[in-house]
Amino acid sequence: MEKFIKLTDTAVPLPIENIDTDQIIPARFLKSTDKQGFGDNVFRDWRYDHEGNENKDFVLNDDTYGGSILVAGDNFGCGSSREHAAWAIAGYGFKVVISSFFADIFKGNALNNGILPIQVTPEYLKELLQIIKEKPETKLTIDLENQVLSSPAGELEFEIDPYKKVCMINGYDDIDFLISKKDKIEAFERERSF
Amino acid sequence: MAGKTLFDKVWDAHVVDTVPNGPQVLYIDKHLIHEVTSPQAFSELEERGIPVARPDQIVATADHNTPTIDQHLPVRDLLSRNQLKQLTENCEKHGITLYGLGHKYNGIVHVMAPELGITQPGMTMVCGDSHTSTHGAFGTIAFGIGTSQVAQVFASQCLLLTKPKSLRVNVNGKLKPNVLPKDVILYVISQIGTNAGTGYFCEYAGNVFEEMSMEGRMTVCNMSIEMGARGGMIAPDQTTFDYVKGREFAPEGAEWDKKLEYLKTLPTDADAVFDKEYSFDASQIEPMVTYGTNPGMGIKVTGTIPDKDDVNLEKALAYMNFKKGESLIDKPINYVFIGSCTNSRIEDFRIAANFVKGKQKAANVNAWLVPGSQQVAKQLVEEGLDKVFTEAGFALRQPGCSACLAMNDDKIPEGEYCVSTSNRNFEGRQGQGARTILASPLMAAATAVAGKITDITKQLN
Repeated sequence: MEKFIKLTDTAVPLPIENIDTDQIIPARFLKSTDKQGFGDNVFRDWRYDHEGNENKDFVLNDDTYGGSILVAGDNFGCGSSREHAAWAIAGYGFKVVISSFFADIFKGNALNNGILPIQVTPEYLKELLQIIKEKPETKLTIDLENQVLSSPAGELEFEIDPYKKVCMINGYDDIDFLISKKDKIEAFERERSF
Repeated sequence: MAGKTLFDKVWDAHVVDTVPNGPQVLYIDKHLIHEVTSPQAFSELEERGIPVARPDQIVATADHNTPTIDQHLPVRDLLSRNQLKQLTENCEKHGITLYGLGHKYNGIVHVMAPELGITQPGMTMVCGDSHTSTHGAFGTIAFGIGTSQVAQVFASQCLLLTKPKSLRVNVNGKLKPNVLPKDVILYVISQIGTNAGTGYFCEYAGNVFEEMSMEGRMTVCNMSIEMGARGGMIAPDQTTFDYVKGREFAPEGAEWDKKLEYLKTLPTDADAVFDKEYSFDASQIEPMVTYGTNPGMGIKVTGTIPDKDDVNLEKALAYMNFKKGESLIDKPINYVFIGSCTNSRIEDFRIAANFVKGKQKAANVNAWLVPGSQQVAKQLVEEGLDKVFTEAGFALRQPGCSACLAMNDDKIPEGEYCVSTSNRNFEGRQGQGARTILASPLMAAATAVAGKITDITKQLN
């Protein structure tokens, strides 16, 4: 997993609520057996029409906006557990998603793929979306070590599980940690009554 | 000290270790896998040279990406065929039991595991599928995981997790006739919204759930994720024990008796306190339909679409081509789907068949019936329900996830409405541009016969 320490970049606004993982990556693209190429189809049915032409009014097709930070509406990533959604977000080039609320499974999947989900207050989100809309060149800074998001909407301390923070900063994942617990796991198996 | 919840008791019995100020290592009893969310996890292990830790605690099925006709022929779609081939190869290589296409135990993972007794009360179960919450109907901690977590369970039979908060949904009182478990859960979600359960594990309590069959409880728990909860549970009771006992992989004899004693200690203590609690009056619930693009956008079939200023509502209605304030009754419907891990069990087909018997499907309707498993398909024939359906003009297909997520060819065409017994009405879920209306198997059967949405309460009275 890639390390994440600090990032300063512009952001892409997507002020839609309840963006489910079927919108992030529709099921018909889940037939692949590797993790590559999902970025090409992120938000596929919003980005392209049925003939494969770009929908000009969708934000990813609007050159005004760009950057590796996605700022999205409330309850981002709800629905299916497909990690393909996280691979699609990362594959497109996003490293951070900011929203006022994240669905549980997506949040975990994001962290397991080096994408930082940052939860902000609904008021902060609203202001941030407005600022980006008016000034697309606005830069945001994310300092994971200090857990601070800085933007013209203000400095905001965000929360992250301390263990996950260490993983993100060092590029570790859970597999190595769990394997290191082998003895305890085997002891549990021996001693449990049910 | 306050008492423990059902969830606390099962969770605490599976904690292997606790990271100071961090997550816990939770032991997983059963890991279910399927073709879509497992290949990258197998690759991850291979790249790192890690073996599968407990292959005998993993069960595989092919369901998401499988055709529902001509399953005896090679799968036509090359990508799908390759994905299924990889599952077979991976299972062979790692010694994992696979119930592949055509096997007598094959079926949707959340239908076949309970009916075979793989799902047992008090267990922890995971699967790379968000509807793993279904198994909570047995008093099991069951939840969906991402592919990275599938790899973690492969490698260690454990997961690193932070214990979620506790939520209880109480529904007490008397349900009206023909209000089904699907209506109950659609009603609850319409009341509390699609993210009310995020960060929580839910317990369903009250006489309504106590009186439900296991099939009904599975329908309810299945949709826990649609209110954001990672899982939902119902306390195991005599109904649970009677269902599990004697099934293919259920414990037998003295082992079962010993386990039973333990299982009886699992229900939530009277003095346990939940972080959040909702209570509903069963008599207020009516047959439900959804009008929008998330499962929380539901109304009783006799109701009208909310009339309020809300951009999300407007976006949803633009997609569905519905108007604020209108009723859905008499809307022509050309597609009906009875199937999915929510409603494809024998009881669902009995209910539909009971309504359909002696009637004919409307000429405009394509009605697809997709049983959840080979076992359900077999039972349909044994009970003569297949004849009831085919005589009424319904198309009975072979088991799989089918039009619930439309990964295979079972897609609803653009712009068409489908009254569906599945769990998600997201944009494009059943095919690009398809418009999904979630409902119970009874509503779906009635729609197929009428060719339009009907006020079922009136018809049945």
